[in-house]
Amino acid sequence: MTMNNLLVAENVTKKYGNYTALNDVTIEVPQGKIFGLLGPNGAGKTSLIRIINQIIYPEGGQVLFKGEPLQPKHISAMGYLPEERGLYKSMKVGEQAIYLAQLKGLSKAEAKNRLKYWFDRLEINGWWNKKVQELSKGMAQKVQFIVTVLHEPELLIFDEPFSGFDPINADLIKEEIIYLKNNGATVIFSTHRMESIEELCDNIALINKSKKILDGKLTDIKRQYKNNIFEVGLESINKPSLKEELSEKFLVSDTHFKSVGDELKLKIQLQNGHSPNDLLNYLSSKAQVVHFVEVVPSVNDIFIKAVKND
Amino acid sequence: MTFLSPLIFLALFSLVAYLSKLNNSEVKTIAVLDESSQFFNEFENDIYTNYQILENVTLADAKKMIKDGNSYGLLYIPDVPLDKLTDQIQFFSKESPSMSVVNGFTKKIEKRIFNANLKKLGVDASMIESSKVYVNISLEDFSGEKSSERGNLLKLIFGGAAGYLLMMFIIIYGNMIMRSVIEEKTSRIVEIIISSVKPIQLMLGKIVGTSLAGVTQFLIWTFVGMVLMVVASMIFGVDLAVMKSPQNEMLMQAAANDNLDEAITSLMIELFKLPLTELIISFIIYFLGGYLLYSSMYATIGAAVDNETDTQQFLFPVMVPLMLAVYVGIFTVIEDPHGTVSTVFSFIPFTSPIVMLMRIPFGVPGWQIVVSVLLLYLTFIGALWFASKIYKVGILMYGKKPTYRELYRWFRY
Repeated sequence: MTMNNLLVAENVTKKYGNYTALNDVTIEVPQGKIFGLLGPNGAGKTSLIRIINQIIYPEGGQVLFKGEPLQPKHISAMGYLPEERGLYKSMKVGEQAIYLAQLKGLSKAEAKNRLKYWFDRLEINGWWNKKVQELSKGMAQKVQFIVTVLHEPELLIFDEPFSGFDPINADLIKEEIIYLKNNGATVIFSTHRMESIEELCDNIALINKSKKILDGKLTDIKRQYKNNIFEVGLESINKPSLKEELSEKFLVSDTHFKSVGDELKLKIQLQNGHSPNDLLNYLSSKAQVVHFVEVVPSVNDIFIKAVKND
Repeated sequence: MTFLSPLIFLALFSLVAYLSKLNNSEVKTIAVLDESSQFFNEFENDIYTNYQILENVTLADAKKMIKDGNSYGLLYIPDVPLDKLTDQIQFFSKESPSMSVVNGFTKKIEKRIFNANLKKLGVDASMIESSKVYVNISLEDFSGEKSSERGNLLKLIFGGAAGYLLMMFIIIYGNMIMRSVIEEKTSRIVEIIISSVKPIQLMLGKIVGTSLAGVTQFLIWTFVGMVLMVVASMIFGVDLAVMKSPQNEMLMQAAANDNLDEAITSLMIELFKLPLTELIISFIIYFLGGYLLYSSMYATIGAAVDNETDTQQFLFPVMVPLMLAVYVGIFTVIEDPHGTVSTVFSFIPFTSPIVMLMRIPFGVPGWQIVVSVLLLYLTFIGALWFASKIYKVGILMYGKKPTYRELYRWFRY
């Protein structure tokens, strides 16, 4: 298991004066996966990301990249798109992209070649000689995205990558992230946008008030957070008596979902070792079952629940 | 812009030269009403002034006449004995008169009264003239090295120019560094950059880069400026030597009792007597040290704030020692290059580059230079260390204007 981790942060602690930004945080980022870093504002996500990028250094703990403690040579193996991002306003797009790629260790010729490829790919060929101040915010973000991935880093770190993008471009970037993952890159990204976590992430970690309160594979976590609750739709002549009957055996509450009929809509929680099949069999003996779905908590629900419980 | 600036500067320079020539070339007419009849022969026309002697008119008529006429003013000398005349003479003009005009006729009147006084006392004016002497004391130190007043003046100009140049360089390019740090913060590119390079590398790179750009700009300006000066003086016939600066005037005075060629020759000799190699080397050392020290302070300020308007409170403690250095340099080094005040200030790292540069042409003991250079560079390293800590924290802080107390907290992170 640990052999497959590209990056491991072990018991990382970071303090700013008296304020503790990270308290004994451990995360494991598996090779080739998309890792979501969640947490409310000010939880310490950006501090952790900056530590991984060697912008700041922890007071305690260590970060291992491919099993080695972080060193300056690892910088060129990472690509970082910060939340607070920008470009030199009066510099031309092409010139600037080459400069930033050279900082990551690419030769000028190599940088030019790859930029050509990416400019084609994101359809921004005409911008090469434009100054950044002539671009819109979304356009500039495309350039920043390219600069982040240009040196083909093994680890990509995106801090709120979708902020500032319109929905079309956000989708485009999402696809590009999946494309990079399919080409072998490992991705860490931190965001508040839960639906993008749902869509993209294989693993997540949740940080709250400087501490990690939850982490693991997204599917495992979801399994852990589901409560054997089922959403059912029942067609019956006497709905109130059916509901009363069910309430004697199960924990029942009203619910809403979209449907074409006017069936009885209930949320039913299983207890006492009942299996879903037991419930289904029982229901079908009482009424016509038109809807039967297990309620799986969304990341958003898990997030809110975990933060509240913490 | 780099190439244009000297052009604009030169254009301005030529314009001023031309205008001042124009201003002076206007001949002023002054009416003289001399009721004492003592000064007929004194008022000879010169290139700036025409004197128009009035006769047989009363003062009131003359005033009226001049007021309505084209003359510049009316000089009235009443009919009193010469020895009572000194505070009786009046000058009427439409506007407040030019000092050079007033000085012109005051000298003429003084000369006339002075000669009359001599005559009264039975002294021959030509005797006075022939008994005047000019003493030229030859200044020499114990090692036998000669200096002269003219040499001292040259040293002063040398040191003063070096100190002043350093101050200008620090202010101009220090501000440039500060602005460029602020720009990286406001454009939010800084975090992208420092995920590739260390903050201290970025800071040092900025300081070195900006100073090299600065030196290049300076060289271009000097070169283009010099070429343009020569070209312009050939085309417009503006005699640049006419441009008077205080230094020039002092040189002129020093040269007053020699003829000009001789003065220039002796100046050249004095110039080569200066330890030029030593001067240039120490100039480079102090220039570098002073510039680096101040620019790391400017970089710190840039990292601490979000926009230029917030820089004022932090710029103050940078400008004070800089200004102090220049004024201490100008006032005390001229007075006594090796006096206590100038010696002390040439040790304090924040003032030493400027003050010591001004002192060095006068010969400073070797140990003083060594100690002061050591102090300067040690302070620079300390300032750099301090700056890098603040810088590291500051560039990632957005949206608040820090206080000194907060800067101290950042320093301890």
